[in-house]
Amino acid sequence: MTETQAPVVRQQVVVDAPIDRAFAVFTERFGDFKPPEHNLLASPIAETVFEPRVGGHIYDRALDGSECRWARILGLEPPDRVVFSWDIGPQWQVETDPDLTSEVEVRFVPESATRTRVELEHRHLDRHGPGWQSLSEGIDDDQGWALYLDRYAALLKEGS
Amino acid sequence: MADGTRRAIVERLTERPQSVRDLADGLPVTRSAVSQHLKVLKDAGLVSERAEGTRRIYRLNPAAVAAMRDQLDTYWQRALAGYQKLANDPTEDDR
Repeated sequence: MTETQAPVVRQQVVVDAPIDRAFAVFTERFGDFKPPEHNLLASPIAETVFEPRVGGHIYDRALDGSECRWARILGLEPPDRVVFSWDIGPQWQVETDPDLTSEVEVRFVPESATRTRVELEHRHLDRHGPGWQSLSEGIDDDQGWALYLDRYAALLKEGS
Repeated sequence: MADGTRRAIVERLTERPQSVRDLADGLPVTRSAVSQHLKVLKDAGLVSERAEGTRRIYRLNPAAVAAMRDQLDTYWQRALAGYQKLANDPTEDDR
C-alpha cells in the first residue's frame, strides 16, 4: 500500500492573511468556497451554515426550505484548528451512523504576521466501510485497498 | 434477502479473492444464486474476475475504491482554491 492509497486525503494552501482572518474566512464563509456540485438536497442551496461551536453542524439550506446536516463540529480552537465529521457516504448521501463517518481536521499555522498555512487532513476514510485493510493480503497484483464497497453494495439493492 | 446475500459476498471478498464455489460453500445459497449476485457486482464495476485453471476467481475491484478517494481529493482541492481566493482578497475584510 503506498501513501497515495492510504485512507486519508491531505492538502494545504498558503494564504496572504493573518491567522485570525484565515480562520474566520474558513468557518464563516465555508458555503462561499465549497464546491457547489455536490448538493444533497433536491432544491438549489440557498446557504451553507457552519455553526461555530462543538456539537454544532455544517448544514445546507435549500431554496425550498429543506435542510441537510452533513457534518458535526467535533473540535473548535480558534484560530488554530477546527475538526468536523464527514457524514457523507460514497454516493453523496447523508450517513446517519457516526461509526461509518470520516473526519476532517483543518490546522492554521502562521508563517508570518500576514501569511498563514492551512493544512487539511480528511482521515479515517476506511470507516465508511469495514475490513478493507485485509484486502491487500494475498493479492499480489493489488493496486490498493477497498473503500466504501460495503456501502456500494447496499446501494445495489435496486438492481436485485 | 438478496441484498443481505450480496452484502455477505462483498464482505467475504474483502477477506480474499475466491471462486463461486468458495463463496457458495460459506453461504446458505446456491452457486447459481452467488453467480447472479456476482454478475450484478461486476456490472457495477465493484468486482472483477480472472481465470485460474478452470475456475474463475472473483475479487473486489480496487479501481472503484481509488475513484472515491480521488473524488474527495478533487473536492478539497477545489474548496481550498476557492478559500484561498477569498482569504487573499483584502476587500473582503469587512465581512
